[in-house]
Formats: sequence, structure tokens, C-alpha cells
Amino acid sequence: MSATPAPFEELVLPNLDAAYNLARWLAGNDHDAEDIVQEACMRAFRFAAGFRGGNSRSWLLAIVRNTAFTWLKKNRPQAVVSISDDELAEIEDTKESPVAFDKADAGVLRAALESLPPEFREAIVLRELEELSYKEIAEIADVPIGTVMSRIARARRELQNYLRQKGTA
Amino acid sequence: MNCAEIHPLLHAYVDGELDLVRNLDVEQHLKTCSGCAANAKNLRLLRAALQKNDLAYRAPASLRQHVRQIAGERREKSGANENNLLRLWQWIAAGATAVAVLAICLRPAGISPQDELMNEVVASHVRSLMADHLTDVVSSDQHTVKPWFDGKLDFAPDVKDFAADGFSLVGGRLDYLNGRTVAALVYRHNKHFINVFVWPATGTNTVTEENTNRHGYNIIAREAGGFNYYLVSDMDENGLGQLADDLGK
Repeated sequence: MSATPAPFEELVLPNLDAAYNLARWLAGNDHDAEDIVQEACMRAFRFAAGFRGGNSRSWLLAIVRNTAFTWLKKNRPQAVVSISDDELAEIEDTKESPVAFDKADAGVLRAALESLPPEFREAIVLRELEELSYKEIAEIADVPIGTVMSRIARARRELQNYLRQKGTA
Repeated sequence: MNCAEIHPLLHAYVDGELDLVRNLDVEQHLKTCSGCAANAKNLRLLRAALQKNDLAYRAPASLRQHVRQIAGERREKSGANENNLLRLWQWIAAGATAVAVLAICLRPAGISPQDELMNEVVASHVRSLMADHLTDVVSSDQHTVKPWFDGKLDFAPDVKDFAADGFSLVGGRLDYLNGRTVAALVYRHNKHFINVFVWPATGTNTVTEENTNRHGYNIIAREAGGFNYYLVSDMDENGLGQLADDLGK
């Protein structure tokens, strides 16, 4: 029987796709996403000894998202605009007739996601692409569950508007 | 409930995040309100479009390689420190009494066979996820997976699909645990993979039932119908417990 893999590999390698996906969507290109994940892994290695159980994916994704937002603030300061949750409270979904989102191809959907502010993009990527629960997303982004719900709601409304304008709806 | 009350709940509703009572409230309202029903349908269509278009990026092989390298280098460093410590201890031991030498030679207390087995279980689970060899036989059909084990094992594991409870059978493979060949059944729950290791429970080889967590993975050990079951996954303990209950039926 081979030796037990070190905790670091157990914590990180099975979650590397999820880590890269989040970093890639936040950074906007392959090169910076790889840098962010590598730096996050160095941090994760330092923190691994202090990992006290729980969900290893949430644990790693929290490190990745913090690394990514630090990077964004430094390199894309105009992209990171803090939004107060009061502003989010007044969200009205449009009561327009159902739209044919099935006509939207991957290219249009990618552009729509990229048009979102990072916090909202993060919430949607974790919810729809990583299939995480509100609770898990709240842990990763270190915000209350209510904020996660508001961000997802607002992100979806903006996505719907974007797709309508692009005529895929 | 009226539209204004339903409205803030609609996203949580399509995300399956509402408790049973409020879920029923929303369903009831949607039956009678075409406006809210249209909103809900819109949200579902958007979710479906995002999920079916393969928008997730996957880590490039070069990155995976690089991260393995980081881990290797770091471990060598910490390994070197341990070696220095070991030498220090040997030096102390040499100058100490025979009792002290004996104490150092003794196996560290607290590592029971079950503990070691738990570590093996996590190691096997992680290997199965890392090396792209999750399954040797890929099928959601229990009638394909079960016969696949025939002739490869000296026992016939019970293979069932629990898709109705959200645990779909992905396949099976052979693994090696506790000094013997065991069956590994692989289930999927949303994005979580679950390895279920199965082998016959005989006398002293019967597991001590327990729920535990190692390195972020939940493990449940159970005995049912003459078999030992070890369930391991990164999913939460309650969810994993449900699969354990299903397997035990």
C-alpha cells in the first residue's frame, strides 16, 4: 500500500478544475488565471496544515477568490466597484414574455457573463457552472446568504437584459 | 401569498433553496398567477442555457503539473526539516536510558487499525479522482455493473442505483483496501462523487460503525447485510448519511 497522499494534494488537486474555472472567469484570460491559481495554491499550501475539516472545495475556492479579487483590485481597479446591499434590495424582474434562451449560443452567453461586475459573475459561475448551494457560495465569498441571493437575482436580471438586447431573445 | 411576497422568493425557488412550506406556497401561487409563472419560466430557461453550453473552463495540464511540482518541492523542504529533527532525537536517545530508547522505538500511540483504514479510504478516493480512473466499468445500469464484478472478486456486492434519491450510479472498479481486493461503487450527487467501498464483513473484520472527517472528506463506515461499507466524499455528512441508509436497506 502506498503512503497516504499529503493533505495538500487531497485538498487541492481534485478541486483544481473548479479553482481554475473561477479564476478564469474573474481574470478574463488564461495567462492571468493560471498565475492566480498558482499563487492561490502557494497560499493554500501554507494554510493546509490549519485546515480543520469541512468542504475542501469551498476552502480552496475561498482562497482562489480572495487571490483573484486582490489581483483585480491591483490590475483592474475599474472593474471592482463595491456595491452596497441596499442598492440590491430593489430588484424587479421584468415581466416580459418568456424568451428563447435556447437560441443563445456559448459565445453570446460568455459575452453576457463577462459583462457582469465580478461579484455577480462570481455568484453565477459558482451557482450555475459549479452547481454550489447558496450556503457554499456564502462561505466562499464570505458574505451572508441573503447577499448571495441578491447577487444571483441581480446577475440573472442583467443577463436576461443583455440577451434581449443582443436579439437572442 | 401575493405577487409582492412571492417575488423575492422566486430565485431561491428555481434554485431549490426554499424550505418545504415556502416551496409549496410558491408552487400554489404559480398555478394561479401567469405573470409570476412567466418569470419563473424565464429563470429556468436562463439557467438551462447557462448549464448546457459547457461554459466552465478546465485547468490546463500544464497548470496541474505545476501545482504538483509546487507540492513536491514544498514537501521536500518540510521533509528535510523532519530529518533534522529525527537526527536530534536519535542523538538524545543514544545518551538516554534504555527505557527512553524503548519508548522512542514504540509505535506512536493513537493510530488504530481503523484509523489507518480511514486514511487508506481517503487515499483511494483521492487517487480515483486524480488519475482519471474513477471507474473501470462505466454504467448507470446496476445490471451491467453487478455482473462486471463476477470472477474478479470472491464475493458478489449488492449493486443498486439510487437515482430517485439523487444518487446516480456512475460505475464500479476494483480497489485494494485493508489488505484485500474490494469493490468500489461510484455514485454521483450533483457535482460530488462518492466512492463506496464494499467487502464482506467476517468476524473480526467487521467495521466499527462511525462517521468521521479526514482532510475535508466525510467518511461513513457501516455494516449491512454481511458487508462492510465505507462511503467517502466531499459532500456533506447528512447527504452522505442518506446514501448510507439507502445502501443499508
